[in-house]
Amino acid sequence: MSLSRADIENIARLARLELTEAEIPVYVDSLSKIFAFVGELDRAPTSGIAPMAHPLPGLAQRLRADEVSEPNRRDTYQQNAPQVEAGLYLVPKVIE
Amino acid sequence: MSAPAATVAALAKGLAAGEYSSVELTRAYLERIAAAQPALNAFVTITSEAALATAAAADAARAKGQAGRLTGVPIAHKDIFCTEGVRTTCGSKMLANFVSPYDATVVAGLRGAGTVMLGKLNMDEFAMGSSNETSFFGAVHNPWDTKMVPGGSSGGSAAAVAARIVPAATATDTGGSIRQPAALCGVTGIKPTYGRCSRYGMIAFASSLDQAGLITVSAEDAALLLGPMSGSDPRDSTSVERAVPDYTTTLGDSLEGLTIGLVKEFFDKGLDATNEQRIRDAITVFEKLGTRVREVSCPNLPLSVPTYYVVAPAECSSNLARFDGVRFGHRCKSPKNLLDLYCRSRGEGFGAEVKRRLMTGTYVLSAGYYDAYYLKAQRVRQLISADFAQAFQSCDLLFGPTSPTPAFPIGAKFDDPITMYLNDIYTIGANLAGLPGMSIPCGFVDGLPVGLQIVGPHFSEVRMLNAAHRYQQETDWHLRVPAAFA
Repeated sequence: MSLSRADIENIARLARLELTEAEIPVYVDSLSKIFAFVGELDRAPTSGIAPMAHPLPGLAQRLRADEVSEPNRRDTYQQNAPQVEAGLYLVPKVIE
Repeated sequence: MSAPAATVAALAKGLAAGEYSSVELTRAYLERIAAAQPALNAFVTITSEAALATAAAADAARAKGQAGRLTGVPIAHKDIFCTEGVRTTCGSKMLANFVSPYDATVVAGLRGAGTVMLGKLNMDEFAMGSSNETSFFGAVHNPWDTKMVPGGSSGGSAAAVAARIVPAATATDTGGSIRQPAALCGVTGIKPTYGRCSRYGMIAFASSLDQAGLITVSAEDAALLLGPMSGSDPRDSTSVERAVPDYTTTLGDSLEGLTIGLVKEFFDKGLDATNEQRIRDAITVFEKLGTRVREVSCPNLPLSVPTYYVVAPAECSSNLARFDGVRFGHRCKSPKNLLDLYCRSRGEGFGAEVKRRLMTGTYVLSAGYYDAYYLKAQRVRQLISADFAQAFQSCDLLFGPTSPTPAFPIGAKFDDPITMYLNDIYTIGANLAGLPGMSIPCGFVDGLPVGLQIVGPHFSEVRMLNAAHRYQQETDWHLRVPAAFA
């Protein structure tokens, strides 16, 4: 399987990654190789086989009561934020 | 106190007997870390002051008769585990300045057991790598030969334990990231069953595969440390509600009558012949211990690498969507708009291998490709899992090599992702099936360590540790220390 430059640009856009001009040919080459490699899976006979969603068969996902269990630690968490003001996370203007 | 080169078990005894205090022990290890850091680069952050304060508290607890069996024993954590008030980078520029506001459950458990944290260990960026060359903080070097890789992604953990600059370290394993570096550095590694340890506060890579574990000198040390880091956790709904045994009480049990399966597909053409000989030698030791050996086949196992390189990237592309440059992590300078903020922050903050996997995962989950790649891989995963279940009908444990070759030179495989991915050909199967796995040292090839892999049924850690311990009573491979660090 061979991917084009346009494919890589599209995937990068979907993944929200800006690539440099130098990176694009590297990923055209390596992702083409990766998809050729994973193409081996086509050989596996999987008709009637259910997709495996959990590594421990038979275990049900636990649920808990919908109750507040964590204290509000906004100020602590916002110490890691790149830009905050008055307890709000700042981003570029979204609505003109 | 001179160079401590002991096991956790021996250090715990020394502390209990008053041969040294935790402060003395901690200081000795901090000196060893500082001396080895230029050659190995095993640490991202060394927490000397906090370590000495925790050690002093451990000594005070002991003086009051409140010491447990691990009180005052120094360890270090892979930098994928969140540690409250301490920088947690996951080996990435994205989190280079992230100070975690909370402890991972595994970290809290080991802290509660009285261990002293020496610092945070280097790793492949977001645990994506098999050589520890993808770290933003530079490659880690193998203490047996510093031109060689230590394996990855828990390369810092493995190198640090091998060089005896820490007595033991936490690690994580998504496709072999505990077992492969343990093999390449000549130390003991255990990846428990999926769900045995909470993933809370362990920065997510591929959530259906990720599991916390340990890199230690011996199986006995792993048994001592595994208890406090295991158990169900309300903060991780995939952690399993199941009692945690005392892994140390059964270590000496007889192996008489145990059936070991040699997985035919593990002894394939990719396995280095001298590596294979070391594995065969180890199996004869187990035969002398009374085990029966038989060959079994897992015919779908050769598909585990392509399966993994669909499933793991798919999960990581979802998990790493949280790094948006808004709430934490790297943010680009002067973003033009919100999309530009996302794309440039991520493009600048993630390294080359992480971007490769994010794009692979995005593609296999995208419209029109989901069935062909992702669902197909999840079906093959079911086949691989069924192969293991079948093998465990006639065997108690499965044995094979951990990696196809010993450590390779830094740079040798870095530009060829497929060759790099094939390092994990023998380890990935256990992750896909959620099974526990170990690697234990079983000899050397040209001065570089070789690891024997043990895979067991779900929740068979007791039996695996027992088998590994009995082997380590008969051999001393796990006690060998690289000459430069002896």
